[in-house]
Amino acid sequence: MSFDIDIRHRIGSTAIAATCRSHDRLIALSGPSGVGKTTVLNCIAGLQKPEQGRIVIAGLTLFDSDSGIDLAPEKRRCGYVFQDNRLFLHRRVGANLVFGEALHPPQDRWITRDAVIELLGLAHLLERWPANLSGGEMKRVAIGRALLSAPRFLLLDEPLASVDQTRREEILTVVQRIRDDLAIPIIYVSHEAAELARLTSTIITMEPPAR
Amino acid sequence: MIALSAAEWEVILLSVQVSLTAIGLCLPLAYLLAWLLARRFAGRLLLDAVVHLPLVLPPVVTGWLLLIMLGPQGFAGAWLKETFGITLVFRFAGAALAAAVMALPLMVRAIRISIENVDRRLVGAARTLGCGPWRAFATITLPLSLPGILAGAVLGFARSLGEFGATITFASSIPGETRTLPLAIYSGLQVPGMEGAVARLAVISVLLSLAALLASEVLIRRSGARNLHVL
Repeated sequence: MSFDIDIRHRIGSTAIAATCRSHDRLIALSGPSGVGKTTVLNCIAGLQKPEQGRIVIAGLTLFDSDSGIDLAPEKRRCGYVFQDNRLFLHRRVGANLVFGEALHPPQDRWITRDAVIELLGLAHLLERWPANLSGGEMKRVAIGRALLSAPRFLLLDEPLASVDQTRREEILTVVQRIRDDLAIPIIYVSHEAAELARLTSTIITMEPPAR
Repeated sequence: MIALSAAEWEVILLSVQVSLTAIGLCLPLAYLLAWLLARRFAGRLLLDAVVHLPLVLPPVVTGWLLLIMLGPQGFAGAWLKETFGITLVFRFAGAALAAAVMALPLMVRAIRISIENVDRRLVGAARTLGCGPWRAFATITLPLSLPGILAGAVLGFARSLGEFGATITFASSIPGETRTLPLAIYSGLQVPGMEGAVARLAVISVLLSLAALLASEVLIRRSGARNLHVL
């Protein structure tokens, strides 16, 4: 089982719920804006704590409200590509890429810097500052940084949202290559049906709560 | 160039030493307080008010409070003397402490603004990449709040240079020990025939303060902080 997720959370009066059990390597999380997709990802990454539920990914229990398991974010080994990238502006692209790599023992790493730089076409950007990158370049750096942090799974939050039309194909191809070549579980968030159809058939659709 | 006597050089050197010691004492505490005050917790408002107290209290009251607590008869002063053999009143360390207390609110303010400006989401990103809370603080929060630390240090330095009321109350005006620039200027004014010395020391005060403010602004600009200014 790649994913065994059951999250129930509440922000103010808004109920957020997502449930999924799947063997697929890539699952998609869909639904209209404001329905709580990013909240679900934050719960999986450990940045927010759901009120109730259970999160098991690739055999490791990250959270279980019944047995009181709640791993710290740094113990979850989650490669989280944020919608807003969150690159470290005080470090060059190269330093951003290897930020997470140094924090994990070599036996946990499964991809090298060179492979990531090659896969994402980052060689010419390493000396640049993140503030001077285009949207597509930032996204590729963010993906590279996540891949190098020895993740057990990836969370991609609307990776095409801040990327211009011509670069979308490029990012989408990268995601397909990660799915096929690197073989780690991926949760992909988007509200574009066409985009999701290319990647997976397992789509969890979150519905706004009935009023 | 103004010709300064040996005694005047001593005053200037002492002032700089007192101020540097004061901000050295203050900086770790100021950062801790700023970090705390950038958070929400019960009693934050009260702590904030207490930290700001030296800014609004008459300095002579601050000096008197220090005297009550840390003077020879004060509970903390007696303890310091018995345990470590340290006396603060009438001593260099006392002048530095008085300056530090007066500089604290300004330093906390500058540092707090820069800590609040640090994007908390970046700390979250660092956590998902494998940083524990302390490491995330050291690699993200601390470097990104550096402009505020610089600004706070320079503001505190300038404030310490000008410190008068609390110092004269707590540490008195002892030449070579606690008589910093403002105290030397004041005692010069009490004696006929010292107008020249007073004017020279006053000019030096202006130059030192101006240099401190300009230095902080340059440091902050160079560090790349956009919406943080001393000037």
